[in-house]
Amino acid sequence: MSSIKLRAVVALSGLALVCAAQAAQKESAPPKKAAVHAKKAAAAKDPVAADFEKFHEIMEEDSPAELFEAKGAEMWKTKRGPKHVSLEKCNLGLGPGVVKGAYVQMPRYFADTGQMMDAERRIVYCMVKLQGFKEADLAKKPFSKGSYLPDPVALVTYVAGQSRNMKIAVPQKLPQERAAYKLGEEIFNYRAGPWDFSCATCHGEDNKRIRTQNLPNLASKVDAVRAFQGWPGYRMTGGLMHTLQWRMNDCFRQQRFPEPGYASETIADLLTYMGVNANGYLYKGPGIKR
Amino acid sequence: MKTFQASIFGAAALAIAFAAQAQDYRAQAISMMKRDFHAKGIAHMDRLNEDALQLICNRSHNEPPKGIAETLQHDQLATIQYPADGKFLGDWKAGEKLAQNGRGMTWKDGGKPSGGSCYNCHQIGPATTSFGDIGNSLLHFGKIRGYGPDVQKYVYGKIYNAKAYNLCSKMPRFGHSGTLTEKQIKDLVALLLDPNSPVNK
Amino acid sequence: MPDPMRIRATAKNGEVNVKVLMAHEMETGQRKDAAGKPIPAHFIKQVTATWQGKVVLSANWGTAIAKNPFLEFTFKGGKKGEKIQVTWNDNKGEKRSDEATIN
Repeated sequence: MSSIKLRAVVALSGLALVCAAQAAQKESAPPKKAAVHAKKAAAAKDPVAADFEKFHEIMEEDSPAELFEAKGAEMWKTKRGPKHVSLEKCNLGLGPGVVKGAYVQMPRYFADTGQMMDAERRIVYCMVKLQGFKEADLAKKPFSKGSYLPDPVALVTYVAGQSRNMKIAVPQKLPQERAAYKLGEEIFNYRAGPWDFSCATCHGEDNKRIRTQNLPNLASKVDAVRAFQGWPGYRMTGGLMHTLQWRMNDCFRQQRFPEPGYASETIADLLTYMGVNANGYLYKGPGIKR
Repeated sequence: MKTFQASIFGAAALAIAFAAQAQDYRAQAISMMKRDFHAKGIAHMDRLNEDALQLICNRSHNEPPKGIAETLQHDQLATIQYPADGKFLGDWKAGEKLAQNGRGMTWKDGGKPSGGSCYNCHQIGPATTSFGDIGNSLLHFGKIRGYGPDVQKYVYGKIYNAKAYNLCSKMPRFGHSGTLTEKQIKDLVALLLDPNSPVNK
Repeated sequence: MPDPMRIRATAKNGEVNVKVLMAHEMETGQRKDAAGKPIPAHFIKQVTATWQGKVVLSANWGTAIAKNPFLEFTFKGGKKGEKIQVTWNDNKGEKRSDEATIN
């Protein structure tokens, strides 16, 4: 027993300290820091941001997202639903049963439905079509909450993990796919609601922040990858796994809009716009969020 | 000469065709959103309709032609309801709380009074370092711009309806949209313009 | 049944580095639900790792460990191709064991 090194608890408490220090600094940094110009803080890396990045890297190495990938992989192979079949015949765009590389090539146009479909929309379609689940049931509680994990979230995380370290290549070959990009661009820029917000209000300029949260400029080629990268993501706050369907939903909430339909065409087109803008970058797989 | 003219016509026709196509996508996108969204909590479906101002900003990529911008800004200015008692300064301490509070107007809200979400986008008081930077810094606002009645009236108006001063500003119209009450706006004016507010220390 | 763990074990210079991700709520018992009722505590009490029938790690855990815990440790001995087993027991009597081959 003497030869055993126990790093576990030490490592965990170390992380907790980083977190606590982080929180403390955020709340009560000395007044001098306030004088730092906002722009500068965003552009140059301040120590707080650098610390967080380090912490992020440590967490990313062994991301809890992998637990959800494993669960999704199991679910994918298991005979489920009223029809008691697995999802192994589900066509994610590269042929029935091909999962490898499918995630980085979605959303895409599917001739069998005549619709643009992102990964989650397509998986929901397969669950309905192949396994006999009811779409309305799947749309009822589509997001993780507490210890509740919706099936499509685990499945999307598994499928996304099968595109780890592959190039993002959201297709634009078909006229429907090009039209979806254009429609997505319009949705992205559409200002409405009581606060006159569009997606672009917060995500249309470089190096901006809301509070301390950096905002990617999703209209720019350089930044757009940040909408793709890290999703699906494990949120350390609450320990919840979330997909892009959730991210879009919560953005529209904060945009003060009504609620977008789960796995709807609006979301598929919006994701097409952002996905195509991120084309060419390497997708690192399901990620981790603060 | 003829070919020159023809090419001008050609270019114009092309431009019109492009514009028509862009408009087509916009119209299609809007009707798709109206089909795909549903009301939730206080967020009703009418929120997807553009008002005249949003329509102009959406169609001009937030850079409206000068003439139109001036006219519409004038219209927005006319919507501002200034306090009946003629006083603009409320309680800066209440204002600070409002500035910190980012709640309001989402489908999860309702019932409770809204906050101003000010720190989301602006640097304001020196004690808060977790401020956003979509808006400009408001630190030392009164110290720099003075504390007079004109500045007070301007700040009240800007919070009530930011679009009266910059038509396609990113800042919400807090009074016009019914997000903040007259008293709340006064408290925020005090946060920026009360000489005792930490903003001016 | 509880969800599977993810275990990665790599041998290097006579030592084996083991990384384990466990799927567990790790509920402290201190939190309340939306209705104000306390959420009952539910956490891993004990973790054991065995190699060749020998216990190489044994740990008693409490509620201070975060949800979906990550554990990393090294032990001397162990070669490629050998197996390592990890087991946890929680306060509700639930249990999960998984095995991985050392790389």
